[in-house]
Amino acid sequence: MEVLNQKLTAIAPKLGFMLTLMAGAVLQACGGGEGNQKSTAVDSDAASAVYVPPGQHDEYYSFLSGGFNGQVSVYGLPSGRLLKVIPVFTQFAENGYGYNEETKPMLMTSHGFVPWDDLHHPKLSRTDGMADGKFLYVNGNNTPRVAKVDLTTFETVEIMEIPNSAGNHCSPYPTNNNEYILAGTRFSVPINTDKAGIGDAGLDEYKDKFRGSISFIKTNEGNGHMELDFQVLVPGFDYDLANGGKGPSGDWVFFTTYNTEKSSTLKELGASQNDRDYLAAINWKLAAKYAAEGKAHEMPANYYHNTMDHNSHIAKSNVIKKVRYLLPEECPGMMYLIPAPKSPHGIDVDPTGEYMVVNGKLAATLPVFSFSKMQQAIENKDFDGEVNGIPVFKYESVLYGEVQEPGLGPLHTEFDGKGNAYSTMFVSSEVVKWNVKDLKVLDRMPVYYSPGHLMIPGGDTREPDGKYLVVMNKITKDRYLPTGPELLHSAQLIDISGDKMRMLLDFPTLAEPHYAQAIQADKVAPNSVKFFKLDENSHPEAVKKESDVKVTRQGRTVKVNMTSIRSHFTPDNIEGVQVGDTVIFHVTNLEQDWDVPHGFAIMGATNAETLIMPGATQSLRWVPREAGVYPFYCTDFCSALHQEMQGYVRVSPRGSNVPLKFSTGEKKPVPPAQASVN
Amino acid sequence: MRIYLRIIMVVAALLLGTLFFFPMWKIYLEAPQYPEGLELHIWINKLGGSSESVLQNFNILNHYIGMEPIHPDSFAELKYMQYIVIFFMVTGVTVGLLGKRKLVLYWVILLAVAGASGIADFYLWLYKFGTNLSPEAPIKVPGMTYIPPLLGHKTLLNFNALSLPGWGSIGIFLAIVFGTLVYLLSRAKINSTTSE
Repeated sequence: MEVLNQKLTAIAPKLGFMLTLMAGAVLQACGGGEGNQKSTAVDSDAASAVYVPPGQHDEYYSFLSGGFNGQVSVYGLPSGRLLKVIPVFTQFAENGYGYNEETKPMLMTSHGFVPWDDLHHPKLSRTDGMADGKFLYVNGNNTPRVAKVDLTTFETVEIMEIPNSAGNHCSPYPTNNNEYILAGTRFSVPINTDKAGIGDAGLDEYKDKFRGSISFIKTNEGNGHMELDFQVLVPGFDYDLANGGKGPSGDWVFFTTYNTEKSSTLKELGASQNDRDYLAAINWKLAAKYAAEGKAHEMPANYYHNTMDHNSHIAKSNVIKKVRYLLPEECPGMMYLIPAPKSPHGIDVDPTGEYMVVNGKLAATLPVFSFSKMQQAIENKDFDGEVNGIPVFKYESVLYGEVQEPGLGPLHTEFDGKGNAYSTMFVSSEVVKWNVKDLKVLDRMPVYYSPGHLMIPGGDTREPDGKYLVVMNKITKDRYLPTGPELLHSAQLIDISGDKMRMLLDFPTLAEPHYAQAIQADKVAPNSVKFFKLDENSHPEAVKKESDVKVTRQGRTVKVNMTSIRSHFTPDNIEGVQVGDTVIFHVTNLEQDWDVPHGFAIMGATNAETLIMPGATQSLRWVPREAGVYPFYCTDFCSALHQEMQGYVRVSPRGSNVPLKFSTGEKKPVPPAQASVN
Repeated sequence: MRIYLRIIMVVAALLLGTLFFFPMWKIYLEAPQYPEGLELHIWINKLGGSSESVLQNFNILNHYIGMEPIHPDSFAELKYMQYIVIFFMVTGVTVGLLGKRKLVLYWVILLAVAGASGIADFYLWLYKFGTNLSPEAPIKVPGMTYIPPLLGHKTLLNFNALSLPGWGSIGIFLAIVFGTLVYLLSRAKINSTTSE
């Protein structure tokens, strides 16, 4: 297998592209048979390297995107234990996210309520070029959105829709001090600068009317909210992935592009005709300066900005009606194009900021560009024409060198901080270690099967933590016990502390992780909130004492302001609700202790349960359709008397004269013994 | 009385001030579900603990066995104890300034009596809460009472309770020790001091 692999790799450059793909398919097919044999060929001490004894904590938090589940999965490393699923773009019946009244606005867009998205790339917020453990930014690919997860609560606190974008894949990329989060469009679309929303054009008019956009989102960590500062309207290519520079290249962000042919159909061929596509380089600092100096135009827009208030836990939507934009042709020095091998995928900048690695998925070599040569080429005007007024460099004038025979189908690269790079080879199903300076391949590790992204904690920052590498594989096949046609994807943990890579662990991952981030646990864990302070709960429908609960009717809406505490609801008997009423249960969890959530579920609710954290208030809407008695109960096993934590709502026919009343517990007659004492 | 003895006497009186900065007594509860533990702190003028909501958490646990909820308002002691402490501080400092040996003895005896009454009062409260259980309690263990320990360990169902004096009580103890020392040391030098 190894030999075949190497042989194929060696002759690959001589073969045509289609043959390469076929070889990959053969490799995959072979892999199936030998998978089990290979997986046992790990070092005998691999188990102890990933073993975290019961009660002890992992060294790293890792955040794996969930791809088509629209969530983020949090795993501990090195154990590979799943710690949490954070719903972001997708309704989550498990805790009521996107179902309860407070969180529904989070999923509002200009298209209406969009309860799902394809979440690809997590990126940790940054201070001084390093992950600071405060926030995690993620992209929604399908209905373009960028979201922010607060790492004190591990909750989604903000979602911003991106106008003039389609397929927000090239997103979100923070600059070194979180000045901006950049988001590029994968699909170019017609952009009308005089009308909000995506414009109309014949699909045969692609070349003339379609444009891409790159959004510059201010993070405003001081006052907390994202803000779409401006967009750069770029040529109508597909913008695939990006990464920010660091050190000397800290003012720049690099974007891979494909479909520079501007084809609108059968892109697998149409977008694969040019031998070279481009790596776009944008000086974000200069762009911000141009925007501030009045170079920006303004156009109508229509996009949602949804924010979750920390104290009330209520999300609010704000619709924004305009957006500023820059045109590269009017902003000299802001944007350049570097010819890159056809249809490149990942662009990764090494920790020094000097080397830009372009993972040309269809190319036989892995080109590395030099930032200092790029600066020189700008100075010498070493250009080879221009596209839409954007200068195009000569390939050789910015190329540092090429990694020869790296493997087949390079997709992504990360760095270990010791001068080495690690690249995934999708087709030859391996991770390849190579030296950034001399571009020599140092080691290869077969992975199972067909890796997409890989991640080294801090591997995209100024100082990577070169101890572990997680590779996220796209194909699982026989790696685990079979579970029918649909299988979880598989991640693998590799020890990269030595000269040779060591395979340590396989662990299944939810949906499809595209990328991941990891950070040392002590940068996040100490800030983790244990419960919300009831005193700080500013929800207008919160009740903070059992004596303040109430049930009120306004027309056909019945509002129940109730409480939960071990182990009862107040009130737990409600009468006077009528068929067709809209009942809103505002449940405040009065607990002020760690890990005592109470759930609330009522029979026949067509939404979900809602899970209320201690000190918070959540609201569930319920419309009973038939008369009768409906039970509700706590869904999260909270105490020894959890099974008793339940109540009833009596629903009477429309127009019934049963009065609205509510109670908890029976009024007790005073026992005689006590009466005589008193 | 020699000047250094007077200083020690004043220090003894001021040591009682620790009661305003530290709890008198601490009750620790440990259970499998409470790895971080629960601590109830008894101050001269308030109830506190390891977190702001510790009383609520104590009460939630206690309601299963039918114990009455603990509220700071239930204890008149929390309102007047601080004035007793201030009384002892003022009189202690005065005694130190006057340097009268007999007064030192009276002060020490009075303080010791007050301290002992405080501990006795504390035990009576523990007894009351531990035995006055609601007949409707969800969890009833025949014959079981839940009097927390006054000092040291005791196992109460799934909880291991530990009760220890806090720095505030240690302040009282030191005040008594220092006062006693002043009384004893001043006897030998009785004729050589200027004030007596």
